[in-house]
Amino acid sequence: MHVSIEWLRAYVDAGLNAEQLADKLTRAGIAVENVIYRDQGLDKVVVGYLQEVEKHPDAERLFVCKVDTGTEMYQIVTGADNVRAGQKVPVATPGAKLPNGLKIKKTKLRGIESIGMLCSAEELALDEKTISPEEREGILILSDDALIGQPIAQTLGLDAPILELELTPNRADCLAVINVAREVSAITAKPLTLPAITVEEKGQGSIEGQVQVAIEDPELCGRYAARLFTNLRLGPSPAWMQQRLQSAGMRPINNIVDITNYVMLEMGHPLHAFDYNRIAKGQIIVRRAHQGEKLITLDEQERQLNPENLVIADPEKAVALAGVMGGLETEVTDKTESILLEAAHFNPASIRRTARQVGLRSEASQRFEKGVNIATVALAMDRAAQLIEELNVADVVPGTVDVYLKPAEERVISFKVESINNLLGTQIAGTEMARFFNNLGFAVKWQTGQEELEGQVTIPTYRQDMKDEHDLAEEVARLFGYDNIATTLPKGVTTTGQRTWPQTVKEKMVQTLVGSGFREVITFSFINPRHLQKLKMTAQPEEPAVIALQNPLSEEQGILRPTMMAGLLDVAVRNASRRINDLAIFELGSTFQPRQLPLQELPIEKAKLSALMMGQEGIHWSGKPQSYDFYYLKGIIEKLLGTLKIEKVQWEAWPECPFLHPGRSARLYTEDGKERIDIGYLGEVHPDVIEAYDLSGRPVVMELDVEALTALAQAKGYYKALPKYPSTDRDMALILPINVPASKVEAIIAQKGSKLVERWQLFDVYQGNQIPEGYRSLAYSLRYQRADRTLTDEEVNKTHDDIKSALTAELGAQFR
Amino acid sequence: MREQLEQIRAEASRTIAEAENSEALQEWRVRYLGKKGHLTQVLRGMGKLTAEERPILGALANDVRAALEFMLEEKGYQLKEAEKAERLTAEAIDVTLPGQVNKMGSKHPLTLVIDEIKEIFLGMGYSIAEGPEVELDYYNFEALNIPKDHPARDMQDSFYITPDILLRTHTSPVQIRAMEKLKPTVPVKIICPGRVFRRDDDATHSPMFHQVEGLLVDKEVTFGDLRGTLLTFVRQMFGPDREIRLRPSFFPFTEPSAEVDISCVICDGKGCRVCKGSGWLEILGAGMVHKKVLEYGGYDPEEVKGFAFGMGVERVAMLKYGIDDMRLLYDNDMRFLSRF
Repeated sequence: MHVSIEWLRAYVDAGLNAEQLADKLTRAGIAVENVIYRDQGLDKVVVGYLQEVEKHPDAERLFVCKVDTGTEMYQIVTGADNVRAGQKVPVATPGAKLPNGLKIKKTKLRGIESIGMLCSAEELALDEKTISPEEREGILILSDDALIGQPIAQTLGLDAPILELELTPNRADCLAVINVAREVSAITAKPLTLPAITVEEKGQGSIEGQVQVAIEDPELCGRYAARLFTNLRLGPSPAWMQQRLQSAGMRPINNIVDITNYVMLEMGHPLHAFDYNRIAKGQIIVRRAHQGEKLITLDEQERQLNPENLVIADPEKAVALAGVMGGLETEVTDKTESILLEAAHFNPASIRRTARQVGLRSEASQRFEKGVNIATVALAMDRAAQLIEELNVADVVPGTVDVYLKPAEERVISFKVESINNLLGTQIAGTEMARFFNNLGFAVKWQTGQEELEGQVTIPTYRQDMKDEHDLAEEVARLFGYDNIATTLPKGVTTTGQRTWPQTVKEKMVQTLVGSGFREVITFSFINPRHLQKLKMTAQPEEPAVIALQNPLSEEQGILRPTMMAGLLDVAVRNASRRINDLAIFELGSTFQPRQLPLQELPIEKAKLSALMMGQEGIHWSGKPQSYDFYYLKGIIEKLLGTLKIEKVQWEAWPECPFLHPGRSARLYTEDGKERIDIGYLGEVHPDVIEAYDLSGRPVVMELDVEALTALAQAKGYYKALPKYPSTDRDMALILPINVPASKVEAIIAQKGSKLVERWQLFDVYQGNQIPEGYRSLAYSLRYQRADRTLTDEEVNKTHDDIKSALTAELGAQFR
Repeated sequence: MREQLEQIRAEASRTIAEAENSEALQEWRVRYLGKKGHLTQVLRGMGKLTAEERPILGALANDVRAALEFMLEEKGYQLKEAEKAERLTAEAIDVTLPGQVNKMGSKHPLTLVIDEIKEIFLGMGYSIAEGPEVELDYYNFEALNIPKDHPARDMQDSFYITPDILLRTHTSPVQIRAMEKLKPTVPVKIICPGRVFRRDDDATHSPMFHQVEGLLVDKEVTFGDLRGTLLTFVRQMFGPDREIRLRPSFFPFTEPSAEVDISCVICDGKGCRVCKGSGWLEILGAGMVHKKVLEYGGYDPEEVKGFAFGMGVERVAMLKYGIDDMRLLYDNDMRFLSRF
């Protein structure tokens, strides 16, 4: 909402300049985003009279003008072809610095001296949407009554600053200049003078019998008023009205349209003018549209309607989309003789839906959507009639048809001075609160015997946002000044702020990864569904069930991610395109899995710790950097498990994962009794996927279930007495077929050596010379030790041999 | 024989000085003190001496041997020290070459900011609550006093999945979830950081962004307490010299409501490009919890009161780190992330 200071001053003089007023309003909750000055750069631009316009002797397209500015006669050469002698135009005189930065000085154009410049609307920085297309072309031609020599800002009404209000939804009342004025009056405690509204109704006959109104759906229309005007004398509206419309960002059209817009801006009531002779039988019916009903609106578009839409109709057809846009057929034109003017209250939600459906949000629909004041519908109509009469636009036919089905109820709110003070933390006296209320136009009545302690406030109808005592408290607070409220701290019991265990675990995980060189990334929770193809997830026996957004901004953000991989791979791709090919990244976020489709309840959101590594560690002068491969990332997971003190994790090959290399992917899990708890997966990305993402490296990835890790994590280690008896180390190097996993070897060591083997370590894996094709050698170091005694050589040898025999018997191991 | 012994002592003392390394010293030892060494050779002639001469020369011989052994030890020590010094010199390295270590990674700047906010409020006795990203219309809107067709829904254009399920547009639904869980106990003191989603995508809006919500419900809570809490937070977060300014505003779930500005962190309130000359930066929305919201949460608004606040993490991060383009936060460029 743009409000000119000049218009506001007509109702209340705050005695403040624009900046001061803006600050006061902002601090009282009517936020002024901007103070707009339209006269900057116009100080040396004045109204000039074109005494002579002649062709330039040496240039086809130039004109030489003699321009009278009252005090001087300038010779100005212009290229514009819309200038004629006898016109009045804006003249930038020497020394002017126009809003576009152009400096005006004496110059020569094709040998002819030119002093000054004639200006176009654009050069004066006029708001394009407030002027007609003709005015945008060439030099701006001023009206004949413009005063020669007057500063142009004054002539065009550009000298008053404009307040650009950013209104909150509860203060839609301030979409009316008079209500902004009320606010200014309340804040500054300065008197308010509103226009006195009287209509003389000088026209012939009576509206009775000529106009009938029927509201078929009182839910959607609570009040509909109409007036009739005859002998329309269409023409331009006066300059003062045009300038006020322009100050609010609207374009003057003609006197009748301008008056409806003026009243809308002034009082917040959108009005609509119909060509009366095109309304069949003068009958207005406010009803829901029929399914499939059609209406061509003012913008010449045919609209398909449905019963959700409220229309204004005559007995034959719909003539307007109520509150949103008029129909083309009943538009006021230069042939129109009589006008039927509408003022109404429509259901805000219905208007909102219809405006959205047709994709049209006008100044009018915005006001209806936010709710106009039903009590003042007829008053706004009278105001329009008054202006029509005063400006001699048409004859006002006596009488108003006013169907008022849902009269506004007077709202009375009880309040206690103490509870308002308790809510705010203030000690404001009852008398002061009453003063604030009175300034706002709220009537206060104290409860008998409870004067200045308890009372009732009667709310004027334009403040529909006032509902209960809290609302009154806010009015008190903002007029008292938010910044005058003392700063205190809550007095309640002391509480300890503590992280929960899951929050602590998350923090440990993040710390471990950060400490291991990973950078945290944050990617969107929604992804492009095409990732599923790229990840080969759609080729699985069962396509994953995914959750699609109903109204995504683009297909790229179409579904909620079922896996973290999409985002991580995107980050890898984006960095690779910037030639960053070595990276270690992680993201802590959620994946989404529907419980059913379409969703009946919230989906499963699983917190995941995911990571991707690609390339190698940073290069170092001392040797070959380590590659980020499967075992590197597995080591990170082991470190993570160590940090969380999670033991007994099992690993298994997982060739079924569609987006991982079938020979280089694993799942990790634990077995709690008979129950298997899956922790997550790790693997190298499948070559097909690498190709689909057009990556050149071989990324390895992991995704771990945070909830499972949290459940398994131990808060603290446990103490075990340190060994008192010596240990003995024995090594073994066994040769096995490559496809026998180390985990099987270790299972046998654990089982056979359970009593004596304290721990074991794999220290070499070898393939090549001296080892047959298809075989490899694994070398383990076993530590024998007991807590209760020293072991003898014989028992160590026996167990070591038992383990070896078992490895041979069960796995076919040979020993080197 | 006496002359011989004295000669050995004199010669040994002279020759030992010529030994330049431990090998030469070893040779010297063999030559004088070895089994076939000069001293041993001389001592072999002891048998031919008279009974009077024997003890005298014996004592002299022991004396010479002790002298030689002392020389050996002394020289040995000197040589070892010299060799060590030589080795240490030879082993010197270029200490300016880079070290070798698995480098630290980094948290995302948004996480760093959220961490900082968490620490401040943990210190003030708040706990951290969490809620789902996919939320019921009920929690996101209805229970926050935003019924269907309420114009306030326009402030937050939402991503819907079904008519009743959407991506949360703010972290405020966690207020209701927290109250439902804790009712009827007081105080409720939580903050809730998290991802939120709105249908906006331009230079200053991302369709996904982060908020931190705060809620305090207790028997006696005032608007002044809200001011004080926010002032404490702002000074810890942005420095002890910061001031705050509260402006009346509107949120359906608070009444009274306020926009909270802090004095500009760049120009200290003098006015600059970042604060558009106003000296103030808007960073928070806050207010006293609306009666209806307390009721939806399961509390009696006659018994308890509350305040709530919420802030955008991206804005705070951009201010704190001087990031001028919000899109950098979601671009995940390693060069950007490595700054934090």
